[in-house]
Amino acid sequence: MKITVDADKCEGHSRCYSLAPELVDVDDYGNAFVLNEGQVPEGMEERAQLIVDNCPEFAIEIQEG
Amino acid sequence: MADAERCPVENIATDYDIFDPDYIKDPVPAWTEIREGQCPIAHTERWGGSWLPTRYEDVQDLAKMVPELSSANPGPIVVNVPEEFRRPEREGHNGAAPISADPPEQTWTRKALLPHFTPKAIAPQRTYSETLCHELIDGFIDNGGCDGAVNYAQQIPPRVIAHKLGVDESMVDEFIIWVRNVLELGLTQPELRLKYGDMIHGFFAVEVAKRRQNPKDDLITALCTTEVDGQMLPDHVIVGMCNLQLVAGIDTTWSSIGSALWHFATHEEDRRRMAATDHNDPLWDSAIEELLRAYSPVTMARTVMEPVEINGASLQVGDKVLMNFPGANHDPEVFENPDQVILDRQRNRHIAFGSGIHRCAGSNLARMEMEVALKTWFARIPEFTLANPDEVTWAGGQVRGPRIMAINFG
Repeated sequence: MKITVDADKCEGHSRCYSLAPELVDVDDYGNAFVLNEGQVPEGMEERAQLIVDNCPEFAIEIQEG
Repeated sequence: MADAERCPVENIATDYDIFDPDYIKDPVPAWTEIREGQCPIAHTERWGGSWLPTRYEDVQDLAKMVPELSSANPGPIVVNVPEEFRRPEREGHNGAAPISADPPEQTWTRKALLPHFTPKAIAPQRTYSETLCHELIDGFIDNGGCDGAVNYAQQIPPRVIAHKLGVDESMVDEFIIWVRNVLELGLTQPELRLKYGDMIHGFFAVEVAKRRQNPKDDLITALCTTEVDGQMLPDHVIVGMCNLQLVAGIDTTWSSIGSALWHFATHEEDRRRMAATDHNDPLWDSAIEELLRAYSPVTMARTVMEPVEINGASLQVGDKVLMNFPGANHDPEVFENPDQVILDRQRNRHIAFGSGIHRCAGSNLARMEMEVALKTWFARIPEFTLANPDEVTWAGGQVRGPRIMAINFG
């Protein structure tokens, strides 16, 4: 499983960083970027879904495969 | 307008009143009625006229309409301030940037401010807040009760903001008075808004001048030395940004803390559940987000600059639009059982802090304050109820929360 953050949509709410600092980090402006090229380690799939479901800007997506 | 002069609301879709006492006490039924009616974007002629979207999708779309909708003319407030009560030299990006600005000024002022509000940048305020919350509780715990709004919720954000700005804590009572007069009373009484706005700008003009002489380790000094795109911030912009700390960082957060206490004081099952929850449990995170969603305090406003057609509504140049984030957060299209507080709600794309380019710059700070305020309260006062449920008073308009709320402990 892989996640992506759409930088044009992200407005720096930082909810993803609060919920899954293992998957994403934020820059000085709060804008999120993926860690490990977006690869979701095994066992963290639910957490990846959680950050998708809690992004107010609909900026995070899961890409299977 | 005094209550005696108030005309009753006949048709909510064409005559809503955000300053109506019933709406302030509980706006949810009004949003539901509008959302389910013919026009989910209601209109009123009251208070100079405005539009009130109630669907999540509409509010999200409107929040992203830049430059069609402006935050700068004269600012993100719903009322039209009469000319004699305006100060054009401190509107737009000189008012309370970036909240009162449009791009391009919004962009560079926001860029200057955001680095001071990242999760890492606010860490010193967490330690300060923890000590503060304990000290406040020390002051009233032996009394068997307190006013949860006046003695607790209202005391926290102004002190945290003063600490961050580097302003003496003795200013806190003044800050509370200034902010209430600008926002709570000032929207319907423009003479108060002007008078207290003058006081805030005057106070911070002096503080900025002092930091230029004697730099300190605080936000005002940091802004005085901030460069954006190779340019230093002008003093009047910094003064406006300090003003923003007060008008956006104080009664908003104290409203959220107060509403959360009100919820737990009136919902025994939820109260007992949080009292029994370890501070590291993820339930705390979802519970705070859920309370932010269900009791979102802030409704911003925009002024229409270009005609907009949206969901049956024709917004005309000069019209006011309410950014009804609280109402959007109760839309059943997006939130299952929206009017129910579900502390472990897993899917929560609420927009209590707005969305788009004006997303609340202080959201990390506000969330931290709410978390510390509630965790500290529950650790010391796990069991509590309202002393006089019928005597709780709420402020509303553009910032909603309890203002008088007697609580009994135990």
